[in-house]
Amino acid sequence: MKMRFLSLLAAVALVAACESESDQNAAQTGGGVAQQPVRAATTNATATNQIVPGSTADFMATVGQDRVFFDFDKYDVKSEGRPVLEKWAVWLNKYPSVPVRIEGHADERGTREYNLALGERRANSVKQFLTSQGVAAARLQTITYGKERPAVQGHDESAWSQNRRAVAAVNPGPAS
Amino acid sequence: MYVLSWSQRQIFAVLAVVGALLAMSVPARADLNIDITQGQANPMPIAITDFTGATDQESYTGRDITKVISADLERSGLFKPIDHRAFIQTSESLQVQPRFADWQVINAQALVQGRTTTQPDGRLRVEFRLWDVFSGQQMRGQAYFTQPENWRRVAHIVADAIYSRITGEDGYFDTRIVYISESGPAIKRVKRLAIMDQDGENHRFLTDGATLVLTPRFSPTAQEITYLSYFRGVPRVYLFNIETGRQELLGDFPGMTFAPRFSPDGNKVVLSMAREGHTDIYEMDLRTRKTKRLTDFPAINTSPAYSPDGTQITFNSDRGGTQQLYIMGADGSNVRRISFGEGRYATPVWSPRGDLIAFTRFHGGKFFIGVMHTDGSGERTLTEGYLVEGPTWAPNGRVLMYFRQSPGDHRGRGESTRLYSIDLTGYNERLVVTPRDASDPAWSSLIP
Repeated sequence: MKMRFLSLLAAVALVAACESESDQNAAQTGGGVAQQPVRAATTNATATNQIVPGSTADFMATVGQDRVFFDFDKYDVKSEGRPVLEKWAVWLNKYPSVPVRIEGHADERGTREYNLALGERRANSVKQFLTSQGVAAARLQTITYGKERPAVQGHDESAWSQNRRAVAAVNPGPAS
Repeated sequence: MYVLSWSQRQIFAVLAVVGALLAMSVPARADLNIDITQGQANPMPIAITDFTGATDQESYTGRDITKVISADLERSGLFKPIDHRAFIQTSESLQVQPRFADWQVINAQALVQGRTTTQPDGRLRVEFRLWDVFSGQQMRGQAYFTQPENWRRVAHIVADAIYSRITGEDGYFDTRIVYISESGPAIKRVKRLAIMDQDGENHRFLTDGATLVLTPRFSPTAQEITYLSYFRGVPRVYLFNIETGRQELLGDFPGMTFAPRFSPDGNKVVLSMAREGHTDIYEMDLRTRKTKRLTDFPAINTSPAYSPDGTQITFNSDRGGTQQLYIMGADGSNVRRISFGEGRYATPVWSPRGDLIAFTRFHGGKFFIGVMHTDGSGERTLTEGYLVEGPTWAPNGRVLMYFRQSPGDHRGRGESTRLYSIDLTGYNERLVVTPRDASDPAWSSLIP
């Protein structure tokens, strides 16, 4: 698992290197570029020596992945998401004063209002899971973005599957 | 935070005095009419002559008014304004007496003439007459007084009068659309509240795009908007007063609130609150500020909309496994499911006439806009696409507007999200022109 994860990170970092050069092109053509994972991987690669304990960078370096994914119109945490959330819980329990916001998202294949409800459900599922791992519920703020803030541009299953997600924002600034 | 840059007078200026013009000939029961329940009827050829004026300014205004009337009637799909170059009788000579033979020969069935005059007090007087070309009878004649800058509204009101006289239905041209203007890439989409006349004119942005806003809906008098804003980072329902530009948080709910709609009397807003994985429907009384929970089922219950008499609410819920349409009493009693077709059903909205519910349906990878009777029978698709969503009714219940997202090619080129209108018959689908991408339209009532 660990090996797989590291190689995935490496791959992402590689993609990041390629993408940063072609970012402008990608933006112009509307190509499917996953922006946030790229940023996360970059932070991870450059900040190994100066990570502040309890910081967002520390969270990313420790847990590796700030999001879990869901099946279409589903909100139960998938089996592959559980080890991710378990890592989040360990880290969160290590830094009990760090506030966290769980952001629930949906793909574009649903109506706006239903997707807002679905995003809240997904955020709540993650919150329930973390609570079951000993994280205090009061620290866990939830918010839904429905289909309003896709992580990936695109209109196919590969894009949709990355957009059906719940993301942990540690030390979150004001949402917008 | 909000930009409201148009003068209040322009929106709400009262149109004074509507006077019926005496018929030049004795009014008789004319046979000229359009049965608008028939899909794709041949549009009625109508000659809409330039409204005349004694001064250049009056003539310019008259011509502009004629253009707006023609465009309204043409867009309805029921009328075919005749090219002015075919006209034989001049507008000036028309003021003396119509020569009906001249209009019959170019196949006009209806004839519209009018005149604009500036009053001593500066107001504009606009009069029009509608003629049945074959019987030679005046079908309608009226005069309106208004401030000159309101000439557009008068034009829409005249178009409504013509539409109404010939179809026997209320018009819908003197109305506005509030919607969400969209720009930027999907992952950083900027959304702004915007308002415009039904024909796309008088377009104004009401918010600056710094905050994500969604799903605006008009109050019954079209003076307030209720909508969802992520103001200060939390999705909540707000009221926006068009007159003052002020926004106000609606209620003190412990969870996220969304999907608001006014009651037909304007005294309540019904909305959804999402909390701890469930979404339920609440009403808020705007006078007492009291809230009442209307659904209590561990599911997603959202997109509520009142019946026109205010006694019932339609909504969608996944309480039965997938999203379906339901109806309940306005107090939450007597819940019953009305949609039973394949796929997911959402965003039900009651027709202003009370007999139909329009909805969004998702099935087999496609979205559909459809209508069904309130008992779920007679389901019919009006349009479909990659994504079509969020129907809203014109106040006469004969036309709907919705938004259509087109994915473009495999690289996303040609992506767009736009507003469209369509007849209840499923014919006459038209793009509604907006400056940028557009979604979540809401049609106002006829402007009071």
